[in-house]
Amino acid sequence: MNKFEITNLNLYYGDFQALHNINMEIQEKEVTAFIGPSGCGKTTLLKTLNRMNDLVEGCKVTGRVLFDGKDIFQVQDVNLLRKRVGMVFQKPNPFPMSVYDNIAFGPRTHGVKKKELLDDIVEEALVKAAVWDEVKDRLSKSALSFSGGQQQRLCIARALAVKPEVLLMDEPTSALDPISTMKIEKLVLNLKKEYTIVIVTHNMQQAARVSDKTAFFFLGELVEFDKTSKIFTAPSNKKTEDYVQGRFG
Amino acid sequence: MVNCLKMQAATTASNLLGITVWVAAGVNILSLIFLIGYILAQGISYLNWELFAFEYTTQNVSLFPALVNTVLIIVIALSLAAPLGICTAIYFVEYAKKGNKLVSVMDITTDTLAGIPSVVYGLFGLLFFVSYLQFGYSLLAGACTVAIMILPVIIRTTEEALQAVPVSYKEGSYALGANKLRTVFVVVLPAAVPGILTGIILSIGRIIGETAALIYTAGTVAQLPENMFSSGRSLAVHLYVLASEGLFMEQAFATAVVLVIITVIINLASTWMAGKLMRGN
Repeated sequence: MNKFEITNLNLYYGDFQALHNINMEIQEKEVTAFIGPSGCGKTTLLKTLNRMNDLVEGCKVTGRVLFDGKDIFQVQDVNLLRKRVGMVFQKPNPFPMSVYDNIAFGPRTHGVKKKELLDDIVEEALVKAAVWDEVKDRLSKSALSFSGGQQQRLCIARALAVKPEVLLMDEPTSALDPISTMKIEKLVLNLKKEYTIVIVTHNMQQAARVSDKTAFFFLGELVEFDKTSKIFTAPSNKKTEDYVQGRFG
Repeated sequence: MVNCLKMQAATTASNLLGITVWVAAGVNILSLIFLIGYILAQGISYLNWELFAFEYTTQNVSLFPALVNTVLIIVIALSLAAPLGICTAIYFVEYAKKGNKLVSVMDITTDTLAGIPSVVYGLFGLLFFVSYLQFGYSLLAGACTVAIMILPVIIRTTEEALQAVPVSYKEGSYALGANKLRTVFVVVLPAAVPGILTGIILSIGRIIGETAALIYTAGTVAQLPENMFSSGRSLAVHLYVLASEGLFMEQAFATAVVLVIITVIINLASTWMAGKLMRGN
């Protein structure tokens, strides 16, 4: 089933057109990877899906993005959209608060007040993000006192705590060491049973390892979008082939 | 050969520069040490318990009432200026649109307010709070006057503190579906607290050192106040009066010692508090 349907999407930052006529569908409970060289628009497209681009001044969008059949630009409550479409950023960005308050921030935002319920949500989110064992005795410690890899999994837990349907990940391992990266990739594979995941990555091996489908972007255009195995073994476009074989980018 | 000469010239220049910088730093530190040392040497032997007597008399020029007045003025002024200044800064940084005319006017106003000599504030306080609002010479009039005086400091430091909060915190909050209000007050503001605190400490320092603005508004009565509408001199005013009368120079120096000690304590406390908050983060 299609979770997102993107039709004729153009995006401008002021006079600069960052995305050219994007058309694609993102399947439910699959991992979709966006790859391409820097500045190709992959992060921009990702941030369009939960309307984080609204925060960028001078950003203008034309076209349609349907989320479960409803146009996200017509949605009245953007906060509700962001609750359903969670996001993990390139650099771990836990708030300067305790681990518990970080995870509970989202649920509290959406009106959960009961202590017992919050306790359960926090534990569940941390377990799902595979970081519970490392932090369970230090829930009242500042989230900033943990390692980068742990912080990133805390951020994943924080995103999961609001019970989203989609998880957008913007190069989630680019600031991490190989072991932390491995843990997060394992986590992504686990999470796709329950969530639709879109991951932007610079690392082609990562895309090959974790994703079901891969979209290759170049200069703001979607060049090729297909099954990951096909993109990496038998791409139909010459540009894609050059990129996945490391000839540029 | 020419290269060699050039290099020599460069070395000489850099040596000279090094010496100049070093001397400048040395002069600065030494004069500070000398100043504090001189005050302590002159005043510390005159510090005694009588100076902290509850009542000021012509025989015993107790500084205790002035100390109490100073604390009261600080508390009143801060409870007026801190909420106002912090909220103004939040509006400037988080809500006002860039290029908004009102904001640029307010910006200029804030900077101008910071540059006005304090005696002018004193005159304004005398005309407005003391006469027009009929507060009379009172702690309240004094506190209101210094509150206006410290507003720019609080606004500026809070603005800087808010701007220094990483954008990634805001993004994280919005991405979880939090609205602007929650993002600003639950995520951004707490992260800016150490910086805001610095501004408040600076303001306290300014109030402690203030004389001109307070003589005209809080007056020079040297007794403990009965209420907010009592006139009362602050420590700095007390020092000024003692020194200008010239009859109690020893006590004046002793008062100076107390002022210096208070300043040091406030500085240490703020460093400690900021450090603690940063670690908490």
